[in-house]
Amino acid sequence: MSLIEVRDLTKTFPYKNSTVTILRGINLSIEEGETLCVVGESGCGKTTFGKILAGLHSCSGGSYRYDGQEVNTFTKKQSVSFRRNMQLIHQNPYESLNPSSMVFDMISAPLKHHRKIRNFSELYRETAALLEMVGLTPVEDFIDKYPTYLSGGQRQRVSIARVLSMNPKSIVVDEATSMIDTSMRISLLDTLKRIQRELKVSYLYITHDLALGRYFAWEHRLAVMYLGQIVELGPTPKLIGDPLHPYTKAILSAGDIEGRESYDLKGVDIPSFHALPPGCSLSPRCPQMIEGVCTVTEPVLSDIGDGRWVSCHLYREE
Amino acid sequence: MSPDDWILDIQNLFIDYRTKRGNLHAVHDASLRIRPGESVAVIGESGCGKTTLAASIVKMLPLNADIRSGSITYKPRKGKSVSIHSSSEQTMRTLRWSEIVMMFQASQSSFNPVTKIYTQFLDTARAHRMKLTSQQVLKRSRELLELVYLNGDAVLNSYPHELSGGMKQRTLIALSLLLDPQLIILDEPTTALDLITQKRILLLLNSLRKSHNFSMIFITHDLGIVTQLADRVVTMYAGAVVEDSPSSEFFADPKHPYSVGLLRAIPKLNAAFEHLYSIPGSTPDLVRRIDGCLFSPRCEHSHDRCLREVPQLRSVGGHRLAACHLYEEVTV
Repeated sequence: MSLIEVRDLTKTFPYKNSTVTILRGINLSIEEGETLCVVGESGCGKTTFGKILAGLHSCSGGSYRYDGQEVNTFTKKQSVSFRRNMQLIHQNPYESLNPSSMVFDMISAPLKHHRKIRNFSELYRETAALLEMVGLTPVEDFIDKYPTYLSGGQRQRVSIARVLSMNPKSIVVDEATSMIDTSMRISLLDTLKRIQRELKVSYLYITHDLALGRYFAWEHRLAVMYLGQIVELGPTPKLIGDPLHPYTKAILSAGDIEGRESYDLKGVDIPSFHALPPGCSLSPRCPQMIEGVCTVTEPVLSDIGDGRWVSCHLYREE
Repeated sequence: MSPDDWILDIQNLFIDYRTKRGNLHAVHDASLRIRPGESVAVIGESGCGKTTLAASIVKMLPLNADIRSGSITYKPRKGKSVSIHSSSEQTMRTLRWSEIVMMFQASQSSFNPVTKIYTQFLDTARAHRMKLTSQQVLKRSRELLELVYLNGDAVLNSYPHELSGGMKQRTLIALSLLLDPQLIILDEPTTALDLITQKRILLLLNSLRKSHNFSMIFITHDLGIVTQLADRVVTMYAGAVVEDSPSSEFFADPKHPYSVGLLRAIPKLNAAFEHLYSIPGSTPDLVRRIDGCLFSPRCEHSHDRCLREVPQLRSVGGHRLAACHLYEEVTV
């Protein structure tokens, strides 16, 4: 049984007097201790998906099971334990930390409330251990600082420590490095990877930067999202080394890898969610479009062996 | 194109921001020269002064900024050189957009949301006293829009919110070419766009640069863009230019330890992971400046001299400049 299991998940938002569907049938699962990286361009629905997994939004249709239990049918007690086990690291550490509380207060508050630690010296010990784990050492230099004194990377480490204080089983990491200086991103990702090895936590890592996703999820799996659907899912080295879906090929080609054949989509603009093309949503831009098939029937994400899944008529079994 | 031929020359520029904590030295002894038809990338982390430097070229610095010393000189296609730092607001108004175009970050939001695109083309032409009738301006606008792969008539009759991000960006490029400028400055031109649209726009800009003969300065922290677009790469750190190299040489053999670190800090789609690392430490406080080289606390090659003496930007062979004590001056 997977820790996170999502079947035909949809999300619809009200829009003017009608509705718009942002997530259109997502199927995936995440095991304990595994990383799944979701890559997609801005506006493809990846953040909405992250919020649903984190329990901030409910889904409109389909099923989302956490630890074998349907999230929509949680009892109050189950819901409390779900919120403890599932945590979210926000994109912008300049807004996600309270500017008027010290690092110690921010990390010890959840320890007090949820782990019922009341003794000060014990709280201090626990907080220091968490700061050490996220690499904010020497601890004495950071524990009594306010967020204003910290750099973006250090702030993001504080928010990781705060999340870890709950001892979660899974963490949604939404573009956690995009606000951090380029020269410090790798060390933050390395810290997250080390924490995963030590604590066996699962990550859903959301990013628009394929190269960062490749680095972070190299031993794990990568999913490519386009207009609210997963178009390709597979082990990272295979997906990057030998992309199957035309959209994956195109974004890899745009990333300008030398020695790779250039692969361009037709047209320039992404269709809007309000006027989706019939059939495959990539069909108007796809250079390998099959007339009469792709423009009519919507492809489904299907298993093609080797742990790889792709949603494209080109790989359909006859 | 002779090496002495230039259109923009920035010499030893110092810009301070007045803050509560004291003066923040955002740009510190920066020098830069742009040649005709050239495309220059300015790279560096947030807070290194790259946006401040760009804003000073069009004299659009925030009110709490002061140019303490240095000079910025611009040479128009016709007429004599203009010294930007000492020219009046009136002179600047005629220069902006007709000679030097500045496209700010998230420039898609620079359109007026309540008027249609054609009004904004006409207004631009009128504000700069173009000697054309409205019909002629619209005809030219349509041609420019078609040049950037847009349907001219449809776009001119749209409101900005009816266009997608990529379309707005291209409309803005068309609008910037309306007055035939000599220099286009782009601050993070593609951050709001996805990879595929980004690549299209960069290729487009590069071909327009050749056909319309303008120079480009673009400010970015995305090195992928730089490889595709730049002739020359200028690296900034803590307000100073630390390296200035031709693009191909920069990527093959970066000189300044900061450039080396920056290149190693960015994961690529095809490279092995062993070389990836983060530069230790964090960016310096620009209010309380330390003595010596500002990069020295993070630099693995730092030695006594680095702590005492600020390295000057100097030639290190070929057309390359670097500000580091590791390299002795090479006289050609």
